[in-house]
Amino acid sequence: MNKSITAFLLVFITLAAMPFIADNYFVKLATFIAMYSALALSWNFIGGFTGYPSFATAAFIGLGSYAGAILQNAGINLVTAWVFASIITIIFAAFLGFAILRVKGHYFAVGSIAVVEVLRLITSSWSSFTGGGDGLNVKIMEGGPDFAGRVFLYAMLCVMLLAFLTTLWVDRSKFGFGLKAIKQNEDAADMVGINVTIYKIAAFSLSAVFCGTTGAIYASWIGYIAPVDAFSILTTLKVPVMVLLGGEGTVFGPVLGALVFVILEESVWAHFLEANQAILGLIIVFLIFFLPGGILKIDYRKLLAKIRGVKGA
Amino acid sequence: MLQALANGLMLGGLYACIAVGFSLVWGVLNIINMMHGSLIIFAGYVTYFIWYGTKLSPIVLLLPVIIALFIFGYLLQYLVINRVVKRPVLTTLTLTFGLDMILYNFMNSFFEATPRRISLNWGSFTIADIVLPIDRLVAMALAFILTFVLYLLLRTSKVGRAIVAVRMDRDAASLMGIQIPQIYAITFGLGAAMAGACGVLFAVAFPVTTNISGLLLGKAFVICVIGGLGSVPGALIGGLALGLIESFGSHWFGPQNAITIGFILMLILLMVRPTGLLGVKGYE
Repeated sequence: MNKSITAFLLVFITLAAMPFIADNYFVKLATFIAMYSALALSWNFIGGFTGYPSFATAAFIGLGSYAGAILQNAGINLVTAWVFASIITIIFAAFLGFAILRVKGHYFAVGSIAVVEVLRLITSSWSSFTGGGDGLNVKIMEGGPDFAGRVFLYAMLCVMLLAFLTTLWVDRSKFGFGLKAIKQNEDAADMVGINVTIYKIAAFSLSAVFCGTTGAIYASWIGYIAPVDAFSILTTLKVPVMVLLGGEGTVFGPVLGALVFVILEESVWAHFLEANQAILGLIIVFLIFFLPGGILKIDYRKLLAKIRGVKGA
Repeated sequence: MLQALANGLMLGGLYACIAVGFSLVWGVLNIINMMHGSLIIFAGYVTYFIWYGTKLSPIVLLLPVIIALFIFGYLLQYLVINRVVKRPVLTTLTLTFGLDMILYNFMNSFFEATPRRISLNWGSFTIADIVLPIDRLVAMALAFILTFVLYLLLRTSKVGRAIVAVRMDRDAASLMGIQIPQIYAITFGLGAAMAGACGVLFAVAFPVTTNISGLLLGKAFVICVIGGLGSVPGALIGGLALGLIESFGSHWFGPQNAITIGFILMLILLMVRPTGLLGVKGYE
């Protein structure tokens, strides 16, 4: 457990030090890592601890980014817009959770994907409010790219830290214990007196709130959002893949997964734009067959012994 | 109104064909096949290019495409997906999603996303002010026939009975001497074959482009939830229902909202009756 915290702090401090040791490209990369870490940590509440295969991440990101952008364009200041966007997202998630958490497994997965699609379609057709398919411009921050880059990096890092602290609390609390019980056997958890419905809705809302904040910050950072990017079905898949890559249901796994994934994305397949999706697909296939428990579950001693054994033979 | 009804029925036939393979795989293997939409488009593109090159009638191409996709699906399930088939939905869904991305990317770079349609110029005829394009009518009729053939296959053949048995109770079926991995592979192959058939018919009736593979997949979701899983009649009813809903929806609320109505209906049904209209309990 203390190892996880040390590892997290190491990543966190490295990311926070980026503006002082490297140029804007790396600051941007660090912002992406912080952003995806926050998203992966969020998904972990519902997907990792509770075991519900949610693919609604993009719905919350999109909702948060549109709420943030619209509020900001209405003249509300940056941070207040972010906070309100998060509040709107959590309220939406609570209602949505009440509705779709009644179904399990496949039906839940399909339902959560459908939510992303519905929100995207509504956003595309409601042009008077959301700008429709043309998207929405958000005011670019004043103070030059260096300053703005730092502001958004630290904003994302704040969300990441909050998500991590919440994860620590959930992991150690009675609430988290209840969620893990639901993952193992929902009926049994219900039987021993856990209020399953409330627990699930709480986990689902927790998994939404930071996505909403992240989305709002992202909208202000990029300065432009469109339905296809905000409610991207690709993002909704990428985030669970990151968690699976790191190790689901663990504290540090999501951060590790996001870190490895973003670095891989930047260093390897940014050079193969044509085959971008195919490489992501291959990574998924590799992950499922060869790393079923994620990077954290690799047994290094066994692996080393194997390598030595090969060399010895 | 009558035109909307006719359009709805024609769409519904194709939709039933889209969903029946997807529903079979979901019901029997407990896998959500995210590749289904891309398989349809893939078959549509291949048929288009063969038709374009050789001017062979797409109806002649139907059988070879079905066989090719059956083999593809069989091998994919036998060699790849069977290894994780018992794992939780998150794993299997992510895996088929990953495979879908590979196929999608492949199609985008080889076929490009230009919409292609097999234009047969068969004309159309009119009864009481309802315009009925003949190519779409033929596509609908073939879709119904193929769906019925699959139904007969499941009802009467030995393999079909084995598939149904596995769906009902895997362990009991295994004890009766049914080779589960083999049946899984055949089922997935049948699902892919139906997708292939659907792709051929789709290319005759509508333009195909890679961009709509996600849309087709979404329709398969909706139809399965409306009709219930794993049964041919369920997919048929669900498909016809969705065809009519979209057709009347675009008549009343405008075409841009037709798809949204389908999805919202599905979400409501998920809450109220997750087993579908014709579904059996226990597939939740």
